[in-house]
Amino acid sequence: MEAAVIDPFVFRLAIFVLAIFVGYYVVWSVTPALHTPLMSVTNAISSVIIVGALIAAGPEEMSIAKIFGFAAIILAAVNIFGGFVVTQRMLQMFRKKK
Amino acid sequence: MAANLSAVAYLISGVLFIMALRGLSSPETARRGNYFGIAGMVIAIVTTILNPHVLGFDLIILGLGIGAVIGTVIALRIQMTAMPQLVAAFHSLVGLAAVLVASAALYAPESYGIGIAGQIKMASLVEMSLGAAVGAITFSGSIVAFAKLQGLVKGDPLVFPGQHWLNLLIGIVIVAIGVVFVLNETIPLFWLLVALSFLIGFLIILPIGGADMPVVVSMLNSYSGWAAAGIGFTLENTALIITGALVGSSGAILSYIMCRAMNRSFISVILGGFGGEAAAAVSGGRSDKSVRAGSADDAAFIMKNAGSVIIVPGYGLAVAQAQHVVREMADKLKEEGVTVRFAVHPVAGRMPGHMNVLLAEANVPYDEVFELDEINSDFSTTDVAFVIGANDVTNPAAKTDPQSPIYGMPILDVENSITVLFVKRSLSPGYAGVDNEVFYRDNTMMLFGDAKEMVEGVIRAL
Repeated sequence: MEAAVIDPFVFRLAIFVLAIFVGYYVVWSVTPALHTPLMSVTNAISSVIIVGALIAAGPEEMSIAKIFGFAAIILAAVNIFGGFVVTQRMLQMFRKKK
Repeated sequence: MAANLSAVAYLISGVLFIMALRGLSSPETARRGNYFGIAGMVIAIVTTILNPHVLGFDLIILGLGIGAVIGTVIALRIQMTAMPQLVAAFHSLVGLAAVLVASAALYAPESYGIGIAGQIKMASLVEMSLGAAVGAITFSGSIVAFAKLQGLVKGDPLVFPGQHWLNLLIGIVIVAIGVVFVLNETIPLFWLLVALSFLIGFLIILPIGGADMPVVVSMLNSYSGWAAAGIGFTLENTALIITGALVGSSGAILSYIMCRAMNRSFISVILGGFGGEAAAAVSGGRSDKSVRAGSADDAAFIMKNAGSVIIVPGYGLAVAQAQHVVREMADKLKEEGVTVRFAVHPVAGRMPGHMNVLLAEANVPYDEVFELDEINSDFSTTDVAFVIGANDVTNPAAKTDPQSPIYGMPILDVENSITVLFVKRSLSPGYAGVDNEVFYRDNTMMLFGDAKEMVEGVIRAL
């Protein structure tokens, strides 16, 4: 029998599980005053799903997948720009006592 | 080699996203955190565009351009009071994007290296259907949440008999269709799966009342993360897997915090119906109690002569757009030598942290704004509690009346301060439909009227 090869899926699963734990500890350390910016920024970063849309829209020839990709790019881009800009706007407002 | 390089780039992008969230631990580091997030996104997008399979740039540039314009314009124009609706709307877009990407992977698996059409790897089909189903639920659920928050549909819970059984049945059918789809890769079944997931998203959120919206918005935040993670597995993309896990756990924690702040179990929120029956059960029986009403001049006199004032803002403040005049009033009081602080309940707005943003918008320094745990014991040593547009979160029935629908909810103990000034339009109960005994206390003075006009009156009198 050849040397045991671990399916790359298992590595990705490991990353996923560890990232859940990282998320758990990082989010508990977020100050409650910034929970709204937390939601808007998580919303912006979850739009990194755009990478899937870019690949779908990538081929030169037209296909149904390319149209799905194009639509997903628009949606994700609205979220990315909207999410980061509105987060920045909110964070600018949080000022200390002068 | 190139594949390894881009894998490393995606990993860096994932790490930058973690740092973006880490920055939010304090307002000083938060702005830098946001730049980390933007950098992570730029790295992920550039890395993907450099992928040798990406050759046609016309639609990519067009799509990015359209999205950038729409997103930026909305983000710059939106009022801070409307943040909950905006976030709900954004969640729906992530959900729909997840569905679209899953469909694209199904129709063009070669692009993603997961097999050829008709012979996609089974693991990828599982991930794809999970991502699409959760994405579809996020989409339709967020649409309903948006419509309720925006006032397009009534906030009242929509309940009908057999609702939960219907949902359960649809849920089982979705799982069954999913299994058959994964085994046979039948494209029509994929669309049926998506359609039923859309439907169940509507059905899950419709029965949930307006008072539970903070939980719903957080929950949908979580769903959008899990959908992204599912797609991340299909695309074998680390950035997407890490981000999905981060967002998923973030939303779950926020849901938990909101549930705890309302003393509601997550299950009871999901089962819905809160707000409607409660309102019917607890009306009447208060006509015999007397209240002491006061004017803006009285309030100004009392607060000017006080040593310390704690302002307790609620959602009514946001509705009346009174955050700016309240800050002006606080400034005037500070000039008079009064110590002014703000006390914010976790569910004071319509989403987690909403009230803090509204106060920050009105230039209230964040070190004058305190959370429930930080300030609650100070009410007993405070001269005046100035409650404006907050009702349920100050209601002692949460501590004393086991029959009350809000029983067990942690509240701000405003009644312990020497004088309570309660700004309210009328004696009508709050969102949860519960009468507040603070109105009838001897140390309470009711200031009847519109929150904004009342505060303006106080400012004039100061």
